[in-house]
Amino acid sequence: MSILVFANTAKNEVHKSAYEVVSYGSQLAQKTGDTVTALVIGDATNISSLSDYGADKIIHVKDAKLSSFQPSLLAQAINQIAEAEGSKIIVFSHDLTGKAIAPLVAVGLKAGLVTGAVAIPETENGFIVKKAVFSGKAYAHVKINTDKKVISVNPNAVEKVENKKSANESEATVNLGEARIKVIEQKIESTDIPLTEAEKVVSAGRGLKGPENWGMIEELAKLLGAATACSRPVSDMDWRPHHEHVGQTGIAIRPNLYIAIGISGAIQHLAGVNQSKVIVVINTDPEAPFFKSADYGIVGDAFEVVPKLIEAAKAMNI
Amino acid sequence: MKILVCISKVPDTTSKIAFTDGNSKFDTNGVQFIINPYDEWYALVRALELKEANGGSVTVINVGLADNDPTIRKALAIGADDAVRVNLDPKDAMDAAQQIADYASANGYELVLCGKETIDYNGSQMGGMIAAILNQEFISNATKLDMNGNTATIERDIQGGTEVLELNIPFVVSAAKGMAEARIPNMRGIMAARTKPLTVVEPSASFNATEVLTYELPPAKGSCKMISADNPAELLDLLRNEAKIL
Ligand SMILES: Cc1cc2nc3c(=O)[nH]c(=O)nc-3n(C[C@H](O)[C@H](O)[C@H](O)COP(=O)(O)OP(=O)(O)OC[C@H]3O[C@@H](n4cnc5c(N)ncnc54)[C@H](O)[C@@H]3O)c2cc1C
Ligand SMILES: Nc1ncnc2c1ncn2[C@@H]1O[C@H](COP(=O)(O)O)[C@@H](O)[C@H]1O
Repeated sequence: MSILVFANTAKNEVHKSAYEVVSYGSQLAQKTGDTVTALVIGDATNISSLSDYGADKIIHVKDAKLSSFQPSLLAQAINQIAEAEGSKIIVFSHDLTGKAIAPLVAVGLKAGLVTGAVAIPETENGFIVKKAVFSGKAYAHVKINTDKKVISVNPNAVEKVENKKSANESEATVNLGEARIKVIEQKIESTDIPLTEAEKVVSAGRGLKGPENWGMIEELAKLLGAATACSRPVSDMDWRPHHEHVGQTGIAIRPNLYIAIGISGAIQHLAGVNQSKVIVVINTDPEAPFFKSADYGIVGDAFEVVPKLIEAAKAMNI
Repeated sequence: MKILVCISKVPDTTSKIAFTDGNSKFDTNGVQFIINPYDEWYALVRALELKEANGGSVTVINVGLADNDPTIRKALAIGADDAVRVNLDPKDAMDAAQQIADYASANGYELVLCGKETIDYNGSQMGGMIAAILNQEFISNATKLDMNGNTATIERDIQGGTEVLELNIPFVVSAAKGMAEARIPNMRGIMAARTKPLTVVEPSASFNATEVLTYELPPAKGSCKMISADNPAELLDLLRNEAKIL
């Protein structure tokens, strides 16, 4: 049997998260003795590259009804392919696309669903998936009791592992209902690195005193190839856009590097960033709680330290 | 329009996260419970604003046991007209979604709102499941919701950006930040909440597609390496040569 992996695309290319989930499916398949089928919906030029991470088979679905984002139709398409392939395990990325469709697929297939998986399932005593809970403050080991299973994997949580296959590629057709959602306008961020996907993030809080002081934050981020983020009061006061707000009530991120400048490190803020691999804190107050969760710290005034960092980054050609 | 808002009860955001019974249960000792922030601040308040502008009614629904009632009363204090509690400790999201979908379809709700996720289980599952069971559309992570007659204009977060769309009722929406501004219940609301109806209904058949076996806390961070404010270049050097991330 095959594990069906939904491979996301963006801007006509296979998305980075697709390699992660295909790799996840492939490592799981080694435990269960299954093969891996990657499903690509819509246009993408480089779908063959999915076989580098363990896809034994690649199915490509092109249907005009799926040219806009129609979660219910996507779920229909996935369920039909899952039936045709006899797939009992379906894997998604737990990104905004996965969040919109995985629950629909689970209902359609009468499958148990675990979202936000952070490790390859244990299969020795039942099927057990480790997932992040309490906004990254803990993990749960969740057993799926149903015959069919749907898993969505946290972005950046599981490394992609190369596993070259010579995959068989084919096109498949699906039989879809009517599109009910009328998309009026789409705004895709083109230049900036989307925060949820960024490997490095420079973030600042109320310690920066006002929106006019974000120039140096943006400059540092640009030099490091990082996205920018902020604490909740900063977005509440409209110093920065809402989509930069990280934390318990904003978005949760897990970059390789998180630099927090003038942020105290309240528990609700930490909830959104504590899964970052390396945390750097810059704060005038040596007692700021954030230092307890940090790997590297500088006690100092952001208005002095950040310009020096920018100079150093330029000098080091970072 | 008849609006149904799904509310869940979660530990206060500052709660200490600890487990008991061989790490199989969340330790509720000394924990304060609140309405899940996305449900309260965004889904419920936007539902109330839509009712204030266009008429109709707002019902809140929770799947849980009687100890959830004080949390449900808070939603009434904020302004919901009535409340329903399905008397079941749900095994998982599918279990709860089935109960809510059954209630919504039996009682002719035209719009179901929920939060984008609970801050304890972090599922992001329920809204989509309710929609799929009802065979309605699911709009996830919506940041704006306006109604014009039977047609809604919605802004939602999608991978890499945002999207504006139109859709006719009935449908299910999960709410994210931006949809409304949190409201603090006033004295009149709190008094009125005492006499507003909180109906308890018995569940339909329950099942457990998934179950949590155990919990685990992440390993504690090692100590933080301090760098002098006079020499931030050292930080970049460490990030490059020690942490190997630059
Ligand atoms: C239910 C609930 C949910 C919440 N959700 C979130 C959330 O999702 N995300 C979030 O971020 N917050 C959230 N909060 C708010 C949170 O509790 C904190 O209030 C918030 O994170 C503080 O933001 P801050 O660190 O930017 O500001 P402050 O707490 O004011 O901290 C500013 C920091 O800057 C330092 N500083 C001052 N001047 C300088 C300088 N010149 N150079 C360097 N450092 C300086 C200070 O020492 C201080 O540590 C939530 C709160 C509640 C009640
Ligand atoms: N027991 C429950 N009763 C009512 N609504 C719930 C319950 N659990 C979750 N919800 C709703 O579903 C949303 C998403 O929850 P989840 O899928 O568990 O992350 C929450 O924000 C609530 O609106």
